[in-house]
Amino acid sequence: MGRYILLRHREIADLHRLEVYVRHGGYEAWRKALTTMTPDQVIEEVKASGLRGRGGAGFPTGMKWSFVPKDVFPKYVVVNADESEPGTFKDREIMEGNPHQLIEGALLAAYAIQAERVYIYVRGEYRSVARRLEAAIAEAYAAGFIGRNVLGTGYSVEMAVHLGAGAYICGEETALLESLEGKIGHPRVRPPFPATYGLYGKPTVVNNVETLANVPPIILHGAAWYRTMGTEKSPGPKIFCLSGRVRRPGNYEAELGKITFRDLIFGEEYGQGLLEEGRAVKAILPAGASAPMLPASALDTPLDYESVQAAGSMLGSASIIVLDDTVDIVWAAYKMVRFFQHESCGKCTPCREGTYWLRRVYERIVAGRGRPKDPELLESIARQMAGKTLCPLGDFATSPVLSSLKHFRREYEDYLRRAVETPAGVPA
Amino acid sequence: MLREKYEQEIEAILARYPVKRSAVLPLLYLVQREYGYCTEEGIREVAEITGVSPTEVREVVGFYTLFYDHPIGRHLLQICDDLPCALRGADELVAHAARRLGIRPGETTPDGRFTLETVMCIGACHRAPAMQVDLEFVEHVTPEVFDRIVEDLSRDGA
Amino acid sequence: MAGTVRIVIDDRSIEVPAGTLVVDAAKRAGIDIPVFCYHPKLEPAGMCRMCLVEVGTIQIDPQTRQPVRDEEGRPVVRWMPRLQTACTTRVAEGMVVRTNTLQVQEAQRAILEFLLTSHPLDCPICDKGGECPLQNLTMRYGPAESRFDYWDKMRQEKRVPLGDLIILDRERCILCGRCIRFQEEIADDPVLGFSDRGRGMEIITFSDPPFASYFSGNTTDICPVGALTTTDFRFRARPWEMTPIPSICPHCPVGCNITLDVRPSARKGGWDILRVMPRQHEEVNEIWICDKGRFVHHFATAEDRLRQPMIRRNGELVPVSWEEALDRVAEALQQAGAEAAGIAGDRLPNEDLYLFRRLFEEALGSPWVTMDPPVFGGEWVARYGVGVGTDFGRMGPGSLVVVMAGDLEEEAPVWFLRVRGAVRRGARLIVAGGKPQKAERYADPILRYRFGTEALVLVGVLRVLLEENRVAPEALPRLEGLETLKQGVADYPLEDISRQTGVPVEQLKAFARAIAEAHEVVFLFGREGVVDGEAFAGMAANVLALTGHVGRPNNGLLPLWPHANTQGALDFIGVRPLPEEVPVLYVVGADPAGDGRAMPRAGFLIVQDLFLTETARMADVVLPAQSWAERDGTFTSGERRVQRFYKAIPAVGEARGDWEIFVALALRLGQRWLYLSPEAVMDEIARTVPRYAGMDYGALAWTRPQWPPVGSSRDLYFGGTARPNTAGLGRVWASEAEAPEARWPLFWKAPEVPSEEAVLVVPVRRLYHEGTLIARTPHLRSWIVPWAARMHPETARRLHLEAGQMAMIQVNSQAVRLPVQVDPAVPPQVLMLPASLAPRAGAVQALPVEFRVEVGDGALPH
Ligand SMILES: Cc1cc2nc3c(=O)[nH]c(=O)nc-3n(C[C@H](O)[C@H](O)[C@H](O)COP(=O)(O)O)c2cc1C
Ligand code: SF4
Ligand code: FES
Repeated sequence: MGRYILLRHREIADLHRLEVYVRHGGYEAWRKALTTMTPDQVIEEVKASGLRGRGGAGFPTGMKWSFVPKDVFPKYVVVNADESEPGTFKDREIMEGNPHQLIEGALLAAYAIQAERVYIYVRGEYRSVARRLEAAIAEAYAAGFIGRNVLGTGYSVEMAVHLGAGAYICGEETALLESLEGKIGHPRVRPPFPATYGLYGKPTVVNNVETLANVPPIILHGAAWYRTMGTEKSPGPKIFCLSGRVRRPGNYEAELGKITFRDLIFGEEYGQGLLEEGRAVKAILPAGASAPMLPASALDTPLDYESVQAAGSMLGSASIIVLDDTVDIVWAAYKMVRFFQHESCGKCTPCREGTYWLRRVYERIVAGRGRPKDPELLESIARQMAGKTLCPLGDFATSPVLSSLKHFRREYEDYLRRAVETPAGVPA
Repeated sequence: MLREKYEQEIEAILARYPVKRSAVLPLLYLVQREYGYCTEEGIREVAEITGVSPTEVREVVGFYTLFYDHPIGRHLLQICDDLPCALRGADELVAHAARRLGIRPGETTPDGRFTLETVMCIGACHRAPAMQVDLEFVEHVTPEVFDRIVEDLSRDGA
Repeated sequence: MAGTVRIVIDDRSIEVPAGTLVVDAAKRAGIDIPVFCYHPKLEPAGMCRMCLVEVGTIQIDPQTRQPVRDEEGRPVVRWMPRLQTACTTRVAEGMVVRTNTLQVQEAQRAILEFLLTSHPLDCPICDKGGECPLQNLTMRYGPAESRFDYWDKMRQEKRVPLGDLIILDRERCILCGRCIRFQEEIADDPVLGFSDRGRGMEIITFSDPPFASYFSGNTTDICPVGALTTTDFRFRARPWEMTPIPSICPHCPVGCNITLDVRPSARKGGWDILRVMPRQHEEVNEIWICDKGRFVHHFATAEDRLRQPMIRRNGELVPVSWEEALDRVAEALQQAGAEAAGIAGDRLPNEDLYLFRRLFEEALGSPWVTMDPPVFGGEWVARYGVGVGTDFGRMGPGSLVVVMAGDLEEEAPVWFLRVRGAVRRGARLIVAGGKPQKAERYADPILRYRFGTEALVLVGVLRVLLEENRVAPEALPRLEGLETLKQGVADYPLEDISRQTGVPVEQLKAFARAIAEAHEVVFLFGREGVVDGEAFAGMAANVLALTGHVGRPNNGLLPLWPHANTQGALDFIGVRPLPEEVPVLYVVGADPAGDGRAMPRAGFLIVQDLFLTETARMADVVLPAQSWAERDGTFTSGERRVQRFYKAIPAVGEARGDWEIFVALALRLGQRWLYLSPEAVMDEIARTVPRYAGMDYGALAWTRPQWPPVGSSRDLYFGGTARPNTAGLGRVWASEAEAPEARWPLFWKAPEVPSEEAVLVVPVRRLYHEGTLIARTPHLRSWIVPWAARMHPETARRLHLEAGQMAMIQVNSQAVRLPVQVDPAVPPQVLMLPASLAPRAGAVQALPVEFRVEVGDGALPH
């Protein structure tokens, strides 16, 4: 077995072609499950592997599958390929380089819950990626891995790509389902959860691309093998998206909990240090814009769900954006707040109004027209939003505000002091 | 009329879903391909094909950033200026682009050739600054790269 | 109690039905949880976040199954980490809710502050000022002042017309989505939506025409702010300047409870009706009315109302005093005596109809009174009309609604809403008709028969019921005439029926079985295209009686009568053919000439009405009557509910109540009538007319609390501006089948079926068909459906007609002149005419037509 489990295309040329994929053990897990395992056994194996969702929340995948009622039909599997969190580009690489592993994983999920259809919801901006995926699906249909009576086992399953049209909120699973139903992407009130009331009101499993790409190796090599990687509570490999002020940004596959932020940013096989010589890390965003930023003191935190949480943030989608000491934190927080304001779906009051209000206050601060009380105001708006929104986006939006105020309040104060003296423009 | 012109494509789209309404997004892409943007006529056609009310289709056009309810340029230049790209010069690139085209983001050149937009993260942060030209990725975009794109697309016929 | 759970709200333990939303449970316990997006009639959306509360569960020891207790013996509660929306959380056993903690108050203040960041706070000029949930809740829960920069507020359009009737103020809108959900869930016209997202979100309509719905006005009532207003009322008055007068909608058989909000008029010293609003009656209209009910009130105060009596002199109608006119009328009636004839319209209140009949019978000794229009089926409604206590709101799984020969939404819009509600809750709907209609969206099955064969369709149903032994056992001992019916039906093989009606045998069977198997059946019948009304109503009665679906609540016949008091007209006047020629004819509240209906030739014609109708133009004496808004009275709805309306405005000009005129005439004719008010008349009716026993005004004014509480002091927020009902729920008279020992007679007559070659005239009702009353509401102008003869292109070709041409359509002895409209949706062999132009005096019938088509450019009737 090579170095990679998810990004295998980096070692194997043309892995996106079915023939190459099959030559390297592709669809063996699918064959194995269909011919030697019951659906429940597949669920049990995934449960035993300890695989946790890679879409952000880290929810145990096998458990999610087991919540699906057995006696309600039809059922659906929906692959969340909306990947819109700033700093996240891992699912894109899987779909471009190793699409069949995703397809195979999605098929295994479908078999496990006895779904009759799989939709892969790809963000609209990934149109070219979607074409690649569609070509792979067509190959898999032609080879009889998808469709009626797969491999003569009597199990039938269909698969199609559905293209979004530009809306971060459609990464939220219930908004995604609404969007897939042809509606605007307003999240649904939960409960009920998709497992019982999902697409078209039917039981549905929603999983992230990377999550599902983990499934074929688990089925093929077993849960015990899988657990040799990562930590007890966060087993398996993970793709870390590294971006920002580093020399070598990109996707890096590593075992969960085996490397730290410092390894990822400075390691020879990873980021190879900061973009400019002589600079220092100022802050780390562990999960794009959504999770609280951490100061440089957190550099030695291992990259697994528990450790990052203990450090005061969240691993989420593991989209690590590095801010070095050239970066103006207030401006960075403004950029992120601007993102959430742009992406707020508008359904619930605190997020719709709160993100707008936050943005207005940031705008005046970075424009050099801030007011002495603005930090308190920002904090209070964020607290007024937190915990009151319909979906997590509204909470996400408070992360950059509260965490930057917590760790870098001085920078706000500097701005406000300067505001009186020299009105400044938006720093670059 | 979409229905006549794209009969097979529409059939294929509808066949993918057990509920017709799911075809609204794919069909609106078809409308944009045909009319350049989501025209009132196109919206009504989609409503008719899917059996959804025209208002409900119009909602969708308004919600998603990739659907346009007004005419846009023949080429859509979307530069990401979200945090990861901005950490690597996206804001300067946007300024350059605006200067080069003589328009502000959100506007279309008077000849109707280009619409310039700034967009939120497009998933190319590791190759920042990044942009999409008619939804195809262009990465590691420098001002020179940008100028070359504009020149290529400015040639007649493009 | 089965199906209930015990929960604790603010330290009070209450028992509520399982599945109740926390917000409703609290309300029932008298605890207010403020809401904006939630509305008790709509599905919860959880959008506004105003209703956040603390929710926890009492921890149970798994061993002892007893609550775990702390040191002080109090049950330990496991609180959820976040606040929960009370509008989406359903109660569960052992749930604990806190609605008044600091944390909750902080959340309520936060949400209100957020809402006010967009809101213009222009309460002083807002139509909703004084009755606004946002205003109320801000006073009670809100922050003292906004920290949001005034100059950061988004300037947005304040006047966005959503169609001709409704205007949106985008600044005031708090995006609660109530209007959108009303249109989708209740009206099933999803013509409102959200465009854009985040702070840019706005309410849009993209239908053609915009806001295409018969129910649009309701969105202005449930809008919790002043964002939606009607073009009719906008800026015309502040709520506290108006007096709300309880009334009953005068337009259709539903009998929606309304209020007329009135104020002295600036001009001419009269009064204005400023707006019509629904008044809560959960068994009749809940809190809804249709736009016709809301907007068609301008006729009452129209400039061209008749204001003075007139007598024809030298061919001209000239104004005279009441004394002179009454003397002249009394003299004419006296001379004609028992040969005088009368026609009373079915918009007159009960009191007036009762006196009209007595005037003829007692003062003149004449039997010659009839109602207009003449409808069929009244006797069957009296026998088998829906049972007392019928309520669509309580129909659900196991209930069946049948709609036959009528268009539910066009003819009784609020029944359409309520039937749709029942279907959403699980009731089944069957629609049988000759043309498509909106209610068919939920119908299973839809039976499409050839117009004119409706009675035969039901003969088919009866045949299935009899063949399959589906006569209800409890019905058997009560039925009368079963043998005759069996013999009659035996002559009609199903295959023949199927061929003649065009309904597949399987569908006839499915129809019959659905009726037999349902727990309860309400059978709505109309007159659309019905050729043999007597047989049709009789067969419908048979079907219900055989299957035992009579004599109980939620069972029986429900007629789609044409007007608000058709039932009253049946009760007090009835249908009776008049002689072809009479010495004196007295027409009250009816316009047979304008409606193309036959009317006896009269030596002397008296017309009493609101307007100078076609018939009035021919009269020798014209008497100005009062509209329902100018007087007290009662109407009897299609479900036979007798309901009171109250005088709202002073009389226009010298107009008098019809009852008052009859009293004056009776006195002149030597009767000793001593009625000083309609109330006195009703007192007498309640004493002497068995059906109306006990229904004096006091009884009709009786009310009881209703759920949900709206508009009252108990409600800061639920209903928007919906009005409570403090003026009476009315009373339903019991159908004959409800008597304990009642016999259930059956009917037999071979139904008359038009030949397949004949072209049928099918009268069709549209809500906004042009007419005398609607023409006086300018806001509805673009909605008015002009009169026309609609036909299939093939039919037009056969008759050598072209679209747009005027055609003279002769039906028996009647002729109507109408423009030709060609429409492929009309079945072949059919000419659809507006129902008010029923082509033959009498029932709204469709008869084989003899064509004498004249092409010309003659003027439309009216
Ligand atoms: C605002 C928001 C955006 C999200 N975006 C994504 C996304 O782009 N991709 C994704 O896989 N999950 C996203 N999620 C998480 C999904 O809701 C969901 O948890 C996930 O798809 C479950 O898959 P998993 O269990 O495999 O992680 C998002 C959640 C929120 C609240
Ligand atoms: S939190 Fe934001 S994104 Fe989520 S429902 Fe509310 S408005 Fe929409
Ligand atoms: S969220 Fe509960 S009332 Fe709006």
